[in-house]
Amino acid sequence: MNRAPAPIERAPSRRPRRDRPLLPLAVTTGLFLIMYGAGAYHFENFFSLTVFLNFFIDNAFLAITAFGMTFVILTGGIDLSVGSVMALTTMVSATLVENHGWSPAIVIPLVLVMGAAIGFVMGLVIQYFKIEAFIITLAGMFIARGFCYVISVNSIPITNSFYTDVSTLRIPFLFDTSISCNVVLALVVLAVAFYLARYTRFGRTVYAIGGSEQSALLMGLPVARTKVLVYTLSGFCSALAGVAMTFYMLSGNGLHALGMELDAIAAVVVGGTMLTGGSGYVIGTMVGVLIGGTIQQLIIFKGDLSSWWTKIVIGLLLLAFCLLQRAFARTKRT
Amino acid sequence: MRWLGFARQLTGKRHFWSLAMLALLLAYNLVRDPHFFAISMYDGHLTGSLVDILVRGAPLLIISMGLTLVVATHGIDISVGAVVAISGAVAAALIGGQLSGETGMGEVTRFALPVVITGALGLALLLGIWNGTLVAYFGLQPIIATLILLGIGRGVAQLITDGQIITIYYSPYAFFGRGFLLGLPFSLFIVAAVAAVLTLLTRKTALGLFIEAIGDNPVASRLAGVRARTITVAVYAVCSLCAGIAGVIGSSNLMSADGNNAGLWIELDAILAVVLGGTPLSGGKFSLAGSVMGALIIQTLATTILSAHVAPEITLVVKGIVVFIVSILQSERIKMLLGSNRQDPTRTKGTPG
Repeated sequence: MNRAPAPIERAPSRRPRRDRPLLPLAVTTGLFLIMYGAGAYHFENFFSLTVFLNFFIDNAFLAITAFGMTFVILTGGIDLSVGSVMALTTMVSATLVENHGWSPAIVIPLVLVMGAAIGFVMGLVIQYFKIEAFIITLAGMFIARGFCYVISVNSIPITNSFYTDVSTLRIPFLFDTSISCNVVLALVVLAVAFYLARYTRFGRTVYAIGGSEQSALLMGLPVARTKVLVYTLSGFCSALAGVAMTFYMLSGNGLHALGMELDAIAAVVVGGTMLTGGSGYVIGTMVGVLIGGTIQQLIIFKGDLSSWWTKIVIGLLLLAFCLLQRAFARTKRT
Repeated sequence: MRWLGFARQLTGKRHFWSLAMLALLLAYNLVRDPHFFAISMYDGHLTGSLVDILVRGAPLLIISMGLTLVVATHGIDISVGAVVAISGAVAAALIGGQLSGETGMGEVTRFALPVVITGALGLALLLGIWNGTLVAYFGLQPIIATLILLGIGRGVAQLITDGQIITIYYSPYAFFGRGFLLGLPFSLFIVAAVAAVLTLLTRKTALGLFIEAIGDNPVASRLAGVRARTITVAVYAVCSLCAGIAGVIGSSNLMSADGNNAGLWIELDAILAVVLGGTPLSGGKFSLAGSVMGALIIQTLATTILSAHVAPEITLVVKGIVVFIVSILQSERIKMLLGSNRQDPTRTKGTPG
């Protein structure tokens, strides 16, 4: 899929950059601190724990789905279906709980299995038929979004007591502030993802595939199984993010998480993970999400800017980091 | 066994499957409604279900042809829907939404019509050059480069229209989407013109061959003296320009610009049209006629679903599943299983993702 520059020239860039592995993460963290500092300088009240925690509260679902996406991108793949799977999760949850009276205890595990199954099928097709990931996950994106509209073209509000209770539950934090359940959920996923990436055979295989799939295969690593698992994990994370979004929004809507795939990819790439795979950190993705959150808050604080600017700025930031990655890969060559 | 051989020969023909699918859809419609093929002159204008399919499908037809060239270079452009929204918004903004006179339609525009069209199409062209430059000169994956514009584009369209749906009251603008020339809808002339220009450019010059060479093997084509980067930029520019034209037709047909919904999901339809038309997503060869047929299949399918009183929401699912199935059928593994592997299996393609 990489275009014009000759693959011959490009070959060295696919190697994992073990020599300077922390540089992208440092750049990202620096950018976050600068943006946050600029916000604190310009706006009163920006430098407060409440605002900082809002980054987490408002973006917990994005973080959860971006952690799954990190693994996909680490293998050199991509998953465009995440936003639609999130929307489908909110829709299925809402319709089963509200219109069919199912218990959340059944619905939540069910939607998680559904998300994982969607990812599993896409991964299987990508791996078995050797089709480029973007086209299969693009089809998945349309199918999942389509099913939302099949369920209902209208928004379904959720009044079930379990969902409203979780939604309003605040866990006390330092200095009279509090966080929502979603934040705890996101942090748990972060911890699990961190462990998976760093301390398991699965994680090491993911990095190896991204570094060079051929070498990973020659080393006898379970490439096929791992690649399918990576998409399954991403589907599962998207469904989990969808559950978190259901708590946050308290409704099922086919228009939820529209364009979330861009935000998730941006968080991963801005977080220092190479789009070509093989190099990156789950922690970096967390910082990427925080940068997205900072942009969002800055635009809200500014007040007179349309919320569309958030999307535009995040898109441009993604672009800047993509170009940075290319430049980085090029200087490595010479 | 002679008939079997004949059948194999027939099904092996390039556009057999897409033609068969189109014929099947039309036949179903004919059975359901015997007047389906009826075309009549009404008020000097040609009308009928078939004309209707062509007119409604005009934007898709144009975009699919542009996208075909991008896909032929082993690229993809998922930003076409956003470009449709932007060009419509620019046109509406340049005309300005003033209501004049009692009729609700008027002759008032802030800029002359040629300026309006040049502005709308010019911006679309620039966006295409932007996409192409990112892909060809900065080495971004096409899906990422165009995903960025897909994400940003609707925001830009919203900024141009100020978040509102702008209604266009300038009646001459309606000609592109609703007008008639020689008894035929004018949009069909635009489709024909785009088809003629692209066919001449790619089949009567070496350009088509160059595009296929880039899709087949970018390194080899460059070593062979093909200006791969320039052509890649040009191809994305043409695709985006096609989306711009579609945006003008669409906004002219509705006489409004809606940044949210104009061209929504049309990238799916266009990709579907291209793959149905027999252009492989791995590039290296393409068929403009095939994509035209693909677009007609999709439009006929949409009309069929509407008239068969099936919930229109299901179309998105059906189209997604068709993309899924067609890309599986196009995969090397299936070709090997069916024993008709005409491509060299040792040929290497870019890495997935």
